[in-house]
Amino acid sequence: APCPQWPYCRKRCSYCNFNTYVVPAVDEAAVRSCLVREAQTLLRLSQVHSVSSVFFGGGTPSLASPGTVAAVLEAVAAAAHLPAGAEVTLEANPSSTSTSRLAGFRAAGVNRLSIGVQSLDDAELRMLGREHTAAEARKAVEAARGLFPGRTSIDLLFGLPGQSRDAWAQRLEAALGLCDDHISLYQLTLERGTALAAQVRGGALPEPSQDVLADMYHTARTVLAAASFRHYEVSNFARKGALSTHNLSYWRADQYIGVGPGAHGRFVPRGEGGRSREARVQILEPAAWMREVQSQGHGTRSRVVLSPLEQLEELLTLGLRTDEGVTHERWGHFSPQLSLQAVFGAPGEARALQQQGWLVLDSGGLRCTWAGLAVLDSLLPDLLWQLQRV
Amino acid sequence: MALAGRAALRWGPRLPSPSAAPLCRAAGLPAACERRYSSRGKEKLDMSTYPVESIRNFSIIAHVDHGKSTLADRLLEITGTISKTDRNKQVLDKLQVERERGITVKAQSASLFYNHEGINYLLNLIDTPGHVDFSYEVSRSLSACQGVILVVDANEGIQAQTVANFYLAFEAQLSIIPVINKIDLKNADPERVEKQIEKLFDIPTDECIRISAKQGTNVEKVLQKVIEKIPPPQCTPADPLKALVFDSTFDHYRGVVANIALFGGEIAKGHKIMSAHTKKRYEVNEVGILTPDEQPTHKLYAGQVGYLIAGMKEVAEAQIGDTLFLYKQPVEPLPGFKSAKPMVFAGMYPIDQTEYNNLKSALERLTLNDSSVTVHRDSSLALGAGWRLGFLGLLHMEVFNQRLEQEYNMSVILTAPTVPYKVVLSSAKLIKEYGKDQITIINPAQFPDKLSVSEYLEPTVLGTIVTPHEYIGKIITLCQDRRAVQKDMLYIDENRVMLKYLFPLNEIVLDFYDALKSLSSGYASFDYEDAGYQSADLIKMDILLNGNPVEELATVIHKDKAHAAGKLLCERLKETIPRQLFEIAIQAAIGKKIIARETLKAYRKNVVAKCYGGDITRRMKLLKRQAEGKRLMRKIGNVEVPRDAFIRILKREPDK
Repeated sequence: APCPQWPYCRKRCSYCNFNTYVVPAVDEAAVRSCLVREAQTLLRLSQVHSVSSVFFGGGTPSLASPGTVAAVLEAVAAAAHLPAGAEVTLEANPSSTSTSRLAGFRAAGVNRLSIGVQSLDDAELRMLGREHTAAEARKAVEAARGLFPGRTSIDLLFGLPGQSRDAWAQRLEAALGLCDDHISLYQLTLERGTALAAQVRGGALPEPSQDVLADMYHTARTVLAAASFRHYEVSNFARKGALSTHNLSYWRADQYIGVGPGAHGRFVPRGEGGRSREARVQILEPAAWMREVQSQGHGTRSRVVLSPLEQLEELLTLGLRTDEGVTHERWGHFSPQLSLQAVFGAPGEARALQQQGWLVLDSGGLRCTWAGLAVLDSLLPDLLWQLQRV
Repeated sequence: MALAGRAALRWGPRLPSPSAAPLCRAAGLPAACERRYSSRGKEKLDMSTYPVESIRNFSIIAHVDHGKSTLADRLLEITGTISKTDRNKQVLDKLQVERERGITVKAQSASLFYNHEGINYLLNLIDTPGHVDFSYEVSRSLSACQGVILVVDANEGIQAQTVANFYLAFEAQLSIIPVINKIDLKNADPERVEKQIEKLFDIPTDECIRISAKQGTNVEKVLQKVIEKIPPPQCTPADPLKALVFDSTFDHYRGVVANIALFGGEIAKGHKIMSAHTKKRYEVNEVGILTPDEQPTHKLYAGQVGYLIAGMKEVAEAQIGDTLFLYKQPVEPLPGFKSAKPMVFAGMYPIDQTEYNNLKSALERLTLNDSSVTVHRDSSLALGAGWRLGFLGLLHMEVFNQRLEQEYNMSVILTAPTVPYKVVLSSAKLIKEYGKDQITIINPAQFPDKLSVSEYLEPTVLGTIVTPHEYIGKIITLCQDRRAVQKDMLYIDENRVMLKYLFPLNEIVLDFYDALKSLSSGYASFDYEDAGYQSADLIKMDILLNGNPVEELATVIHKDKAHAAGKLLCERLKETIPRQLFEIAIQAAIGKKIIARETLKAYRKNVVAKCYGGDITRRMKLLKRQAEGKRLMRKIGNVEVPRDAFIRILKREPDK
């Protein structure tokens, strides 16, 4: 599953600490040829035969032209099999999603859209440093639903400084009226080094209380469940089976290939005789990345072989975020010798957590209970500690 | 870390390695070479060329940071003991903790050779620790000296420790050479400091030497004064051997290395000697001088200072203050000194009982080099088998703990430090049990109930504070808050005041120094001396987490302070204990009575929102660190508490 990154934005949002760049003019032809080249190189290196999904992330990939998206998809299809039903998602900002542009992306091969609505309140959007208004967001979602019916997702943030429980309930209500069959709800993380975090630390904006955040999350889960959404991952909800194939594969610890500046990947480089899964990061800075791609075919900055234990740790950390949890089958794929039952069924932390009602280990695998999912980060250290001792 | 620490303990990172030969001086002059090699294949020095008249034994004493170690470095350079490079910093401070904290905790000695007006002098410098906790070591070092260099910072002037150290030297009737250091600094005011010295110590202003140890200014003059003003030791090689043990260290290869000062006679390899204290007999294997590394000599003669190796297996055999003599020629032992008196006790337990034996051997080895730590076996229901250790002060405890970690890679559970209380028993049953009616309590768990006690006593100290006068108001308030009684107040110049207070020891042990520093922007200094016991209304306070007592935090406390202290401890615990999956009641209790309570709510949500797009490597690292942290968690009932949480809580930050 390749994840091409478009690293540019028109403006940096106040809460974002991603590897993004705001530049006056992008040499799109050069970036395009490098994305194409790197995708080809890495796909060949991975020797992946069939690609089940492609995810254009960023940055703001909807700022790229449909031609660039098409070129990358062609390169993927040339290097590996890209089935007609493969999920091809593009992250889009309401400010760069006119109907004609969206039609262009659809023609280029995109079949799923993830729109960064973030909020449906103008004051909140300004605080977040977004370029669009609530009305523009609505328009963008409606346009997208017209072109990608059943395959349009929206992102919303909660826990904004100063946001009340009631305000959040209203946003949620409004979002439900607007959305298609997939919603991602993220609690705002005040990342170090962002403008918003500095304002909160400096006292210019209030820090949301832990209790309010917990209430907001609980409200969202309840309201969306009532609207027939399946809460299939910590922050993701879908109905009518509109789960994101791409992100699911990530939480199941499938292979994925990061393409573009600062992209991350996890795959086995079979093309050079590799047999172990590697964690890879591409060069962060776009110009340096391009130079490297042009001379080497790819701009990998670091590659680290993951030990079997590290692979299991990642599988556990990611898998438990989903409602299906870590299945026996996925576990067995990474640990053929030692079963899930053998590790976590024995007396120890996991069993205590089961007795306390946070976890379930049964024929389906190991997963969080409804209550456990909300406190997963308190469960993981215990589970990893138990795993390390095996 | 651990290996580096061990290396640093033995040699110090900047001491010459055997391959760094250029630092070894040519024969005739003592060489600064590594200990292991110094005893082999090397020309032994003939010390008979240094008669008593050409010997001077002296210490440098100073308040912390006034430049004692820097002056020592310069003296070593000028006399050619070490080569002159800009890397000589704290040459005598060999321990990693000493270099990290910039303090001296262990006395070191060095013999310097210096030609003055055609005469070759042997100058024995005995470096002393620079912190109140180690004043015992200072007095010990002074017993081998006839004089001291009293170093005072030209900017900071006389500080509390300057006063304390001066009186130690004064009472020992030593010659005192006042030196005003750091005259190169912009704010240096040597005139003012000279006046302070005159006023407080009655030393004429013209006797002070103004120097810059850092730049080497006037340091030669100090050496000349040492020769002129300090008398040679009063003794002769013709007398029978009489050697004072003033320090000892343990060498894993050769056993005990005792530092000795000869008050009579001579000593050489093969001599049969006896300890006045243990009455054990030994044969001398090696004698030598310290330069500052060991340099074997043929003999040591009366008045000289050096080391001795004589097959002693334990440091206890080389009791500090002991007198060694030839066993065929017994002598009247020198007046020894009181053994070190622990002021602070704390329980030490392995985090995991399977580590008990490793910790035991680490403790044994470390106490070999730090005989001022007392060790008693102890055990507790909650913490298992362990020890109750006695320290000279809190810094001493921290340094000891740091050395355990750095040099022996040991992590331990340390309980709240407590001072030694005394209890006069009234219960016939208890008197019978203890065999006496007055007992000393060094563990709050053994604190007897009021019903069986006629009086509780607490240790006190006489504290000296020197401060710029603008902080007096705040300091007086602080002292009153600590139940202290003012004994004296004296202006040492127009701007500086010296205060004396009688403090209950338990009021200053943990954080008084930090509080004082903080409210005086670092300008006030503090030192104290033992002042006996006083009657006090004491009670034992327990801290409970969900009803389970936290043994580390059980404290004996003055009744009037229990409520405030209990409330504060509960609040601090609430901030320090990480939220968990269930609610935690944090309570302070006296007996069965709860006097304070805080509630730490359960986590309702704790899951990171976004876990894709970005790399999860960083997140995995964090989780793994948390997972490994589980090993170091102390479990009280169900509640997990980070191992260092308690000591962090006890060491209050005054600005909070």
